[in-house]
Amino acid sequence: MEKRRRAVGWAFLFTASIMIFIFSFYPMVSALITSFKTGSSANMKWATPWFNNYVRMFKDKTFITALKNTFLYLIVQVPVMLVLAILLAQLLNNPNLKCRGLFRTCIFLPCAISLVSYSLIFRTLFYDTGMINTILMKLGIIHENVKWLGQTQTARGVIIFALIWRWTGYNMVFYLAGLQNLDYSVYEAARIDGANGWDTFWHITVPQLRPVIIMTFIMSINGTLQLYDESVNLTNGGPAGTTMTMSHHIYNTAFQGKANFGYASALSFVVFILVAVLAVINLKVGDKRD
Amino acid sequence: MTEKKKIGAIQRRLIPSYIFLILFSLFSIFPLFWMVTAATNTTVDVSLGRLWFGSFSAENFKTLLEGAPFFQSKLWSAMRNSFFYAGVQTILSLFICSLAGYGFELYHDKAKDALFGVLLMAMMIPGVATMIPLFSMMSKMKMLSSVWGFILPSLATPFMIMMFRQNSRNFPVEIMNAARIDGLNEFGIFFRIYMPVMKSTYAAAAVITFMNAWNAYLWPRVVLKAPEAQTMPLFIANLAGGYTIDYGALMMSVVFCSLPTVIIFFILQKQFAEGITGAVK
Repeated sequence: MEKRRRAVGWAFLFTASIMIFIFSFYPMVSALITSFKTGSSANMKWATPWFNNYVRMFKDKTFITALKNTFLYLIVQVPVMLVLAILLAQLLNNPNLKCRGLFRTCIFLPCAISLVSYSLIFRTLFYDTGMINTILMKLGIIHENVKWLGQTQTARGVIIFALIWRWTGYNMVFYLAGLQNLDYSVYEAARIDGANGWDTFWHITVPQLRPVIIMTFIMSINGTLQLYDESVNLTNGGPAGTTMTMSHHIYNTAFQGKANFGYASALSFVVFILVAVLAVINLKVGDKRD
Repeated sequence: MTEKKKIGAIQRRLIPSYIFLILFSLFSIFPLFWMVTAATNTTVDVSLGRLWFGSFSAENFKTLLEGAPFFQSKLWSAMRNSFFYAGVQTILSLFICSLAGYGFELYHDKAKDALFGVLLMAMMIPGVATMIPLFSMMSKMKMLSSVWGFILPSLATPFMIMMFRQNSRNFPVEIMNAARIDGLNEFGIFFRIYMPVMKSTYAAAAVITFMNAWNAYLWPRVVLKAPEAQTMPLFIANLAGGYTIDYGALMMSVVFCSLPTVIIFFILQKQFAEGITGAVK
C-alpha cells in the first residue's frame, strides 16, 4: 500500500519535472555546445579554435562596458535600495504610526508596473526638454536643460534612479514579512534603556532580518546581472552603447543584424556562471545560519 | 488627560518618520501621476514637461487604435493577446506546479527529495542563457508567434513548485487518511480536498504568475515575431521605437498596459505580497 502510494506520488510531479528538464536543463547544455560554434541557426560550424568565442569576448568593448555597468549597479544601486527598503520597513513596523497601510500601498505600488512601462515613463520624464528639466529650471537648480540620456554618466544615473524607484518597495515587502515575528515591545524596552533610533536599527532590526537581507541581496545581484528591459527601453543602450547591459548585448548579438548564435551563447554562458557562482556563495552563507 | 498627552508625545516623536514616509510615497506615486497626465496631453506638451491634465486623450487613444507605425500591431489585438497568454499561462502553470508541490511534499521520500534538489538548480539558469536554444526549439516545432511558444518555457518553475511544497507542509495528513478510508483515490484527494484547502496559496500564486506573464518582455520579443501575436509590452516598446515618437500616445499606451496589473494590485495586494515572498517561510 505504502509502496503504491509512493508510485502515485511520482505521477503528481512528473509533468513539472519533465518540463523543467526540457525547457531549462536541456537548453543549458545546448547553449554550451552552441557556444563552441559559429554562425547562425541555419549553418553552424565548429569555431576554430573551439574556444574562440570565449577568447573573443575579451576584445569585445561593448561586453566589457556591459560588465562594468553591471558592477557599477551592483555597488551603487543595490546597497542604496536595500538600505532604503530596510529603513522603510522599520518605520512602517511601528504600531503607533498612523496610515501605515496607505504608506505601504504607495511605496509598494511601483511593483505593479511592468519593466517596459516604467522604463518608458522615466524616458519621457528625463527627455531633453521634459518634466525633470522643467522642474529643475523652475527651482533654479539648473539654468539650461541637461541632456540626461545623452551623456554616459547621467544616463547611468537615470537607470540607477529608476531601478531604485521600481524595486525599493519590492524589497521592503520582504523585510516587513521578516519583521512580523519581532515583538515591537523590544524596541520600547531598548528605548527605555537609552538606545537611539540608530542603535535599535543596527542592534535589533538588522540582526533580525539577517537571513532576509542575504536573500534579497542575492536576488538583487541576480536581477542586476540579467537587466534587459531598462537598457532597451530607457536608454536603448546609449549614448554609444555605454549603458548597455549584458542581456541587451546578447540579444543584439543573437537577433539583430548579422546573427551570431555561437558568440551570443558563449556570452550568455558567462552570465550563467556569474549567477551560479553567486548562488553557491548564497548556499554557503545560508548553511551557516542553520 | 495624561493618556492623551502620552499619545501626543509619541506622535510628535514620529514626525521625522512621517516626513520621510510622505516624501518617499510622493516619490513612488509621482511617475505614475505623470503617466496619467501625460496620456491626456499632446506630444509637444509632454516633451515640454506639462504637469497637469490636458484635453488630448481622445486623439491619443485614436492613435493607438490605428496602431504602431512600421509594426502594424494594434492596441486591442495586443490587449487581447496579453490577456489570453497570461490567462492560459496562469491556469496551466498553477495546475502543473501545484500537482508537483503536492507530490513532492506529501509523498516525499529520498528519491523525490533528491529530484527536487536538482530541479531547484534551474533557478540559477538566467532567461538570457536558454533563450537561443529555446528559440531554435520553438521554430523547429513551428510554435513561433503562438500561445504555446509564449507559455511552454515558463509553465513549470522551481519557484512555484517550491511555493506549493512549502505551503503544503501545513496540510493535515489525517484528512487524507480519512478520505482514503472513505474511498477517495489519490487524485480525488488532490482535486476534492487539497485544492479547496489551499485556496489562499492558489490566489497568491495566480496573482504573481499573471503579473509575470503580463509583464514579460525578453522571451516574448524573441518568440512572438508576427505583429498580430504581439503583447502589450511589445506594443508599447514598438511605439517608442520609431524615429519620431508620439509621447502623448505612448503614455496612453503605457496606461493601458499598466491598468490590469494596477487593478489586480489594488484588489489583491495581500496575495501579491504573499506571492512575491512566496516560498520564504
